[in-house]
Amino acid sequence: MQARQEAPASAEAPERPESEAESVRTRVLRFLRGVGGLAFSLAVTLLGLLVVTFLIGRVVPVDPVLSIIGDRAPASTYDRVYRELGLDRPMVEQFWIYLKKVLSGDFGESFLTKRPILDDLRRVFPATFELATLGLILGVAIGAPMGVAAAAWKGSWVDQIIRVLCLVGYSAPIFWLGLMGLLIFYANLGWVSGPGRIGIAHEFSFQPRTGILLLDSALQGRWDVFRNVFSHIILPACILGYFSMAYICRMTRSFMLHELSQEYVTAARVKGISETRIIWRHALRNAAVPMITVVGLSYINLLEGSVLTETIFAWPGLGQYLTNSLQNADMNAVLGSTLVIGVVFVLINLVSDLLYRLLDPRVRRGS
Amino acid sequence: MTELLKVEDLRITFPTRQGPREAVRGVSFTLGRERLGVVGESGSGKSQTGRALMGLTPPPGVATARTLSFDGQDLRGAGKRQWRALRGRRIAMVMQDPKYSLNPVMTVGRQISEALGRVGGLSSREKRAKALAMLEAVMIRDPERVYDSYPHELSGGMGQRAMIAMMLAPDPDLLIADEPTSALDVTVRIEVLRIMDRLVSERGMGLIFISHDLKLVSQFCDRVLVMYAGRVVEELAAADLASAQHPYTRGLMRCTPDLDHDLRPLPTLRRDAEWAK
Repeated sequence: MQARQEAPASAEAPERPESEAESVRTRVLRFLRGVGGLAFSLAVTLLGLLVVTFLIGRVVPVDPVLSIIGDRAPASTYDRVYRELGLDRPMVEQFWIYLKKVLSGDFGESFLTKRPILDDLRRVFPATFELATLGLILGVAIGAPMGVAAAAWKGSWVDQIIRVLCLVGYSAPIFWLGLMGLLIFYANLGWVSGPGRIGIAHEFSFQPRTGILLLDSALQGRWDVFRNVFSHIILPACILGYFSMAYICRMTRSFMLHELSQEYVTAARVKGISETRIIWRHALRNAAVPMITVVGLSYINLLEGSVLTETIFAWPGLGQYLTNSLQNADMNAVLGSTLVIGVVFVLINLVSDLLYRLLDPRVRRGS
Repeated sequence: MTELLKVEDLRITFPTRQGPREAVRGVSFTLGRERLGVVGESGSGKSQTGRALMGLTPPPGVATARTLSFDGQDLRGAGKRQWRALRGRRIAMVMQDPKYSLNPVMTVGRQISEALGRVGGLSSREKRAKALAMLEAVMIRDPERVYDSYPHELSGGMGQRAMIAMMLAPDPDLLIADEPTSALDVTVRIEVLRIMDRLVSERGMGLIFISHDLKLVSQFCDRVLVMYAGRVVEELAAADLASAQHPYTRGLMRCTPDLDHDLRPLPTLRRDAEWAK
């Protein structure tokens, strides 16, 4: 746009401002329509999600009344609680009540922890979020360049080594990797801290605000806490990162090989452009479009909470919380967690969609 | 006639499971600043010949030659650096389908500017001005709009003209056009060819026009090489096409139906194993 203004006025200059203004207006309109459509589909998806969690709660063979009053309470108590929970009303009305409660942040109380579900989720989700995000950053930062390198030197020793690394990454069981990691880097070498999110020494002297401990400690300038938290998170993050790195690397390699065999790459070579520029500016820029989906799905995978990793590292995250609740038939907690995972899923897909539009002009104009 | 390109005994070999297979088997020709047509059916090795002249034989294929020189430079065993110095600036290539040969996520203008970046010493404003001038030279009516467009927003004919503009922008000495109009509508085919032809003659460049369309090639070229099964079976001036000697060339010419005479049944090309030897 800037360059356009610098260009000398052409013969058709008088017509231009008008058409320009119109195109700006239609562009704004199109953008607004796009955002509106997106918001609408987001709302519908989330509503659908609520319907599903609501129905799960009604379908599972767990009696919500019994889980509150226990199985020795008299029948009169049972009936009273039954009415209090609104279970005697029609389904639609029950759903309406459920919807209103959820929208006001009331997911009920966990029968296991005796605390509101929302408080529990506020505690466990940031733990998983922090671990998953760091894992994903490591996975992308290492996996994508490795995939590019493997594609660029296809068939060479570089490619072979990378392929073996990736193969190990997603065929080795993650709990084994976790245990080996703990054995080597914690027990033997002492490079990192052991299980848990934060050392006992810091646990009580530090008030987290968001629950994302690295962020909280950095914002409060508590670098001693930051170092401690980092030494706790780095090993599980590397284990998760290795896992997603293997997947991202393999996908990057195959997307890059596809792009490098395209005619526009030959055309770029014909122009005499350097191979480095062809790989990073031409091929990777195109391979980045399908990569969005792959990275998004990996992220969702990590955010659902890796039960095994969380268990091994005593990480108080969503995966552990959900498994615990399931095993104890704590339905409110299960539904709350499911909803969180669903919302995360929808949001990440939304972000993927937006990134698609940003990176691929064909999607941008087509919509 | 100054000699621009000299090729002697060019061979391109691809390893296969049944041992090495030669796609091009001893092609020789010389080229001045003239227009040379290369005609042949699919798999005759014409495209591979064109790519070998730019050092772009796709691996694992290997191109060898007794002589391969461009403007006095020996290109046999040329390294990456030597090829890169030639590509774009001295030899350029227009490919078949602009839908695939233009990068879909980069604006046309940036792709042309990128080609101009190889010339050196141009500011981005100069590059832009030159790119716009090039777009105008290929008869694009609204160069500014096309400059800021993505390839999918252009029609096939427009895309191919943009491709020609991109490849001719750094002013190369030799243009290889590999089936430049096969993917285009018949209606815009001649138009695009005329534009290319005019630019090539104005700049006094050499042109290698690869096509399977004998009639088209004879209209736009000075000389024609007819290839069959990796070999040149006949070389003749385009004007002398009517007096072609080789049965394959004659067969190709007979396959074109004539408007004035009713020909039934239409003759088919009878291939002779002898020709491939």
